[in-house]
Amino acid sequence: MAEDQVIIGLEVHCQLDTKSKLFCGCSTDYRDDGANTHVCPVCLGLPGAMPVLNRRAIEYAMRVAKALNCGVREEAEFSRKNYFYPDLDKAYQITQYDKPLAEGGYLEIESDEGGERKILLTRIHVEEDPGRLVHMGNNERGKYSLVDYNRAGIPLIEIVSEPDMRSPKEARKFLNKLRATLEYLSVFDSEKEGSLRVDANISIRGSERVEVKNITSYKGVEKALTFEIARQKNLIRRGQRVVRETRHFLEAQGSTQASRSKEQEHDYRYFPEPDLRPLHVRSWVDDIILPELPDARRERFIAQYGCSLNHARTLTGELKLANFFEEVVACDPRGLSMLASTWIADTLLGELNYRGMSLDLVDPESVTKLAGLLRNKTITDKSGVEVLRVMLDLRMQGEPAQAPSAIVARLNLGMTKGETGAIASAITEAINENPKALEDYRSGKAGALNFLVGQVMKKTRGRADPVELNRMLAEVLQERGV
Amino acid sequence: MVSENEVKHIGELADIGIDGEELVAFTHQFNVILEYFDILDRVSGEPAVASDLINVMRDDIVEPSLPRDAVLRNAGGQEDGFIKAPRVM
Amino acid sequence: MGYHEIRFEPDDRYNAFLTTCTRASHGDGRLAGVAVAVKDNISTQGIETTCASKILKGYVPPYDAHAVGLLKQAGAAIVGKTNMDEFGMGTTTENSAFGPTLNPSDTGRVPGGSSGGSAAAIAAGMVPLALGTDTGGSIRCPAAFCGIVGLKPTYGRVSRYGLIAYANSLEQIGPMGKTVSDVSSLMQVIAGYDRRDSTSRERPYAHTPSKEIKGLRIGIPEEYFGPGVDPGVTRVVRAAIGRLEELGATTKSCAIPSMDYALAAYYVTCTCEASSNLARFDGVRYGPAAETKKSWHDAYQDVRRAGFGLEVRRRIMLGTFALSSGYYGKYYAKAQVARENVKKDFAKIFSGVDVIAGPTMPTIAFRLGEKSDPLPMYLSDILTVPANLAGIPAISVPCGRSEGMPVGLQIMGRPFEDERVIDVAYAYEQAVN
Repeated sequence: MAEDQVIIGLEVHCQLDTKSKLFCGCSTDYRDDGANTHVCPVCLGLPGAMPVLNRRAIEYAMRVAKALNCGVREEAEFSRKNYFYPDLDKAYQITQYDKPLAEGGYLEIESDEGGERKILLTRIHVEEDPGRLVHMGNNERGKYSLVDYNRAGIPLIEIVSEPDMRSPKEARKFLNKLRATLEYLSVFDSEKEGSLRVDANISIRGSERVEVKNITSYKGVEKALTFEIARQKNLIRRGQRVVRETRHFLEAQGSTQASRSKEQEHDYRYFPEPDLRPLHVRSWVDDIILPELPDARRERFIAQYGCSLNHARTLTGELKLANFFEEVVACDPRGLSMLASTWIADTLLGELNYRGMSLDLVDPESVTKLAGLLRNKTITDKSGVEVLRVMLDLRMQGEPAQAPSAIVARLNLGMTKGETGAIASAITEAINENPKALEDYRSGKAGALNFLVGQVMKKTRGRADPVELNRMLAEVLQERGV
Repeated sequence: MVSENEVKHIGELADIGIDGEELVAFTHQFNVILEYFDILDRVSGEPAVASDLINVMRDDIVEPSLPRDAVLRNAGGQEDGFIKAPRVM
Repeated sequence: MGYHEIRFEPDDRYNAFLTTCTRASHGDGRLAGVAVAVKDNISTQGIETTCASKILKGYVPPYDAHAVGLLKQAGAAIVGKTNMDEFGMGTTTENSAFGPTLNPSDTGRVPGGSSGGSAAAIAAGMVPLALGTDTGGSIRCPAAFCGIVGLKPTYGRVSRYGLIAYANSLEQIGPMGKTVSDVSSLMQVIAGYDRRDSTSRERPYAHTPSKEIKGLRIGIPEEYFGPGVDPGVTRVVRAAIGRLEELGATTKSCAIPSMDYALAAYYVTCTCEASSNLARFDGVRYGPAAETKKSWHDAYQDVRRAGFGLEVRRRIMLGTFALSSGYYGKYYAKAQVARENVKKDFAKIFSGVDVIAGPTMPTIAFRLGEKSDPLPMYLSDILTVPANLAGIPAISVPCGRSEGMPVGLQIMGRPFEDERVIDVAYAYEQAVN
């Protein structure tokens, strides 16, 4: 029903992966260092210091603008957004207001119904990150803040979408696609802590809009939106009104909470930053050569490697994963690609996820070798999973790596080729132990055969060659006059 | 005409803190000055369009930051390298 | 580079200095050993820099302003920081948290402002040279009132890096001295490109003043001799222009129609920028400490109410109001159009003349406490603010006295023709001395 239609717009802030800050030469590589060790008169907001714009930040933002099909403004400009907060060194943020770098554009995502859907963008602008606050003290009178300005002045790009998304899942997809695109453009490192922050505007059609701030993780977006939609729908169901307000996402509780911000924070008194000059960079667009982006790579994976659409989507959804896949299949794309796409997109990702392990710890060459063993039927799929688990566990525990073939030999996981005797006796055992299954098979129940195959596999620890097993089982069953 | 309430609100926006007799005096002076500023209503024309000194940028090169003691020396308070600030929660 | 030291123990009876360096070190160079005073809104590494405000009491910058770095490179000895109107907001140097500076010509009068300390220090012979800053006349006004020379350079010609901003789009650091030659030699040191100031220009100044002005065309704007200008000042300035004619210059009457609203445009622009620039003074990173047990707005209000003087708070409030929701178009946007019109008026005049001449200030120095209401005080900047709005160079050179007090002749030039206004001032100075 239209009355329940969910409307979501996102404002996504991503740190641009430059070497120095947006307006000064301080290093952006601050995460492992002590508080206030990466600051200078400019990013500390010392009286008299002046900003000088980092060209690379603008180049990066332009790349994003081109990749997202935005129009670059003839004249862009920086403005001051004035408000007081202890993490804001100058008591204003240098951002872009009425003359953002780029406007319009879109990003295509997979829609909930399948197929592609264009999410329209409003604008893209560049701004500086504020510092970081730590809240200290516990009772009301003992509370104070500690400020670290290392983050102050890190370049951010803000990508504002139109209210074009219809579900938390779509919002998640938008975000994932955006992240992938920024990574493909080499302008963003999603693995750096706090490198992405999202504000979301959410409403139920016909009701007021609520802004949810402070969403700092990819998973958080879906959680925050789901909570907020349920909250709003409940209000409406109970005949109450949704109040237009700003709420904060509480990651730990998975809920949103009304902000107690003062009225004054909404009057930002924007005006052009007098210490910076206008940008006329539209013509740069022509000189930007975009790398292959996720959609193009996905289509290429389908065409070149014969990946399924879903596997291609998964594999190209992260730059690292796509590169990993191509490294794995590089030595024998024809022979390995189908096998590797399933093994990486399904099995490997599942096992990594289970362990909370990063892909960085996996050596593509070992996966190539594993795929080789699977391809030439040295091991069965089942044994392959076991080899992979051993490989990952060794890596997790910091043990020396072992080649897949060595693991196969050590654990005696080689396929039972030629060991027909062992298979035959396993078949006999399985049939004798399960007369009911034999009975079911006789009466034509389809599941019975699979059950027997499974029983034989169990007895051979998964090493039986499935083709051989099927052939031999059919023979035995025939012998028994079934 | 700007009211005392508006002036008080501006004082809060600016974190200046203004009340009492000062508020009365400020409001009066505000109105005298703003009345003078009204002459700008007569201005017509176009704002400037930048034609030179555009695209002023620097290369993305890391330069040394301040030593931490220089950062903290002027601060009101410090703790473990952090600068102490009023509470926000 | 050699290392030397001079002793500086002035008899500062005019309260020109906020900080003095009794032993001032210096190196070799063009200004080797010359004592130079620096206005207290220009950052000096290791020397307290307060902008004459309680809110910066105790603040010691960890870095030098670009202009200060250049002074040191040239061998100058920085001997102290001079008094001023708090953050540059004033025309008298009475708005200092540390007491007014007195005019050496008459201690019952103000030295002008906001660079009153620098002007008085030179006028009293304590230093030969000083740096001032000029946002709406803050170098030229005290130069005129104290009878010294002061140049507001073309916008972008001297780096503002390290100048504690009051109104970024209007202000410049500039040289002040007893003579035009002094001012010119100081300009040689401080002018030039600085990559840390994005509005800085690649226009160094390597000029030696010339007194040859034969054939020079001088525009005389009627607005500079209007009803608001003191007749005594008019008489002295007209005589000075007559002197320039005797030296071979020709004069031509002209008009600056945008003068009607130039002052309003100036005050809207500077208060808006100031309201933002001065927001950072919250007692967290520098200045008197904020009470951290309080909520931030409460703590900031306490610090800012106690730390800022009345005029500073007034201008912050005005600027905050003018930028607040619903008023931007009426004030700030209109002021920028007005500013463009001022520029166009000047461009038009400069297509027919080489320089424009008139009085620097409409009156002689005020008596202490004479200007207590804000608006009449603002109105006295009417003749100096047009140069700031247009970004053009303007100099004030002493041209005689009225009621015993010095009067300044103001020469304005085309953008980046600082050399020419220096030459005209020099020609006049040489002719009368």
